[in-house]
Amino acid sequence: MGRANTIETQGLTREFKKGPRAVDMIDLQVEAGEIYGFLGPNGAGKSTTVLMLTTLLPPTAGTARVAGFDVAREGPKVRARIGAALQEAALDPLLTGREHLRLQATLQALPRPDRGTRADELLERVGLSGAADRKVRGYSGGMKRRLDLAMALVHRPTILFLDEPTTGLDVQSRAALWEEVARLAREDGVTVFLTTQYLEEADALADRVGIIDHGKIVAEGTPESLKAEIGRPTVEVIPSADGDGRVADLLSRFGELVPSARGVAVRLDGGETGLAAVVRALDADGVSVEHLELHRPSLDDVFLAKTGRSLEGHGAE
Amino acid sequence: MTTTRDQVLLLARRSVVRTWRQPAATVFPLLFPMLLLAVNSGGLRAETHLPGFPTHSFVAFALAVPFIQGALFATMNAGTDLARDVQTGFLNRLSLTPLRGAALLAGQLGGVTVLGVVQACFYLVVGFAAGVRPKAGVGGVAVLLVFAALIALSFGALGAWAALRTGSAEAVQSLFPVFFVFLFISSMNIPRNLIATTWFRDAATANPVSYLLECVRSLIITGWDGEALGLGFGIVAVVGVVALTLAARSLPKRLAR
Repeated sequence: MGRANTIETQGLTREFKKGPRAVDMIDLQVEAGEIYGFLGPNGAGKSTTVLMLTTLLPPTAGTARVAGFDVAREGPKVRARIGAALQEAALDPLLTGREHLRLQATLQALPRPDRGTRADELLERVGLSGAADRKVRGYSGGMKRRLDLAMALVHRPTILFLDEPTTGLDVQSRAALWEEVARLAREDGVTVFLTTQYLEEADALADRVGIIDHGKIVAEGTPESLKAEIGRPTVEVIPSADGDGRVADLLSRFGELVPSARGVAVRLDGGETGLAAVVRALDADGVSVEHLELHRPSLDDVFLAKTGRSLEGHGAE
Repeated sequence: MTTTRDQVLLLARRSVVRTWRQPAATVFPLLFPMLLLAVNSGGLRAETHLPGFPTHSFVAFALAVPFIQGALFATMNAGTDLARDVQTGFLNRLSLTPLRGAALLAGQLGGVTVLGVVQACFYLVVGFAAGVRPKAGVGGVAVLLVFAALIALSFGALGAWAALRTGSAEAVQSLFPVFFVFLFISSMNIPRNLIATTWFRDAATANPVSYLLECVRSLIITGWDGEALGLGFGIVAVVGVVALTLAARSLPKRLAR
């Protein structure tokens, strides 16, 4: 397959007239079959990057190769291999779900006998068979997103771009979409480039995460490695009154004590695996514990460490 | 690879289906010109007694107006639909397929043209019911339908250009009053040679819409009038060529790929 479903950029830049650099010299390497989460706050440059990678917006500097083809010079070849669900579900409210898929199938030049079958198959896959002949203006946000995804898959792309696919969706619809995206990568080997502002989405779905801020990539790696990079987990213990005096001494054996408003907390030298030893030690010393909690570093902690700001609470780009 | 013809037919069908599913877009262009025709025919019937008025039937005289109003609706429909596609991102989705830009434009305008012809048939049927018999006969009716199709195509292209330039349905709709002003300062309600007010006669003479009306009117009340037909078809051709050129130039910027 070679570079058939990879994404590579070098110094990719997009500058708008009368504006700042939306994307500033980013280098990316997304491997085949990988789910790459592109995480960042409002206006960080996520959508601009997707528009460039999908050939909808020319870069002002740098290069990008998608599926082995240059996005600026070999647009038609790139477009033949990618599917995209952009930030807003790009649907016609007056057409039905089935009509959308048949339109897409025809424009993507699927053989005539396959068009209906492919539409039915995708409607089934995204759980819209029952609503296939209803006009899209009556669909819920989740249904529109699922139809948008189905349309992106009509021509069996090897690379899928999803720009904030779950923004505004309820928990159930979000979970259903995550499941489908994960299935596409695991079972069909589709490379997924997913932008999101939701930390838990990147954490749950992505094999690797790139964190973008002010157009620059500030951190990249697996969610676990990024979190590990900024710190080890902590265990916070709230003792019952009678064990109070001994807890700090006991916990200090497992690492450095850190401030805790409610009880005693220790940053585990041995990482998460140290938790069992802490519990055993507390038990062996007969310390009565009211509450014990493991705090893992989150991607928000990573973002905070890299940018000095928290990602939580930011709106959509 | 889908052929350009398939792409055009597909998008023309979508355009027709979309319009058909919006009752306001279907019913209003059919009923509004007929209501105006009824009101004008009732109120201005006395004009037919003016010396030099070309017919005894004001309905026959005024039947040309709905054809031009139909063109205005074509402009709005084509433009608004395309602008909505820009606004919803649907055009971006189409950009990601192997769709040719020319096919997109032709498909959109093809649908508008079909609707323009349907409207023209409706106006003619109403005219027939009111006793109007086109002087140019069956051949004249055929020419009238071709003219209606060309008007819809040309003015639809203007709407498409506005949509591609602005990307805003509201901006396209704001053109409507402008076109209506052109219609009202034309020979819409009275032949140019009978307009007594000089500035109005001059404005109507300079206004291309007058010649479009007179082209339709000639087939209905005069018969075969080479000059009226030449001017009407000529103006439609010029508007069409200019509008299509402008729309085609704006398209690549919208289909940024």
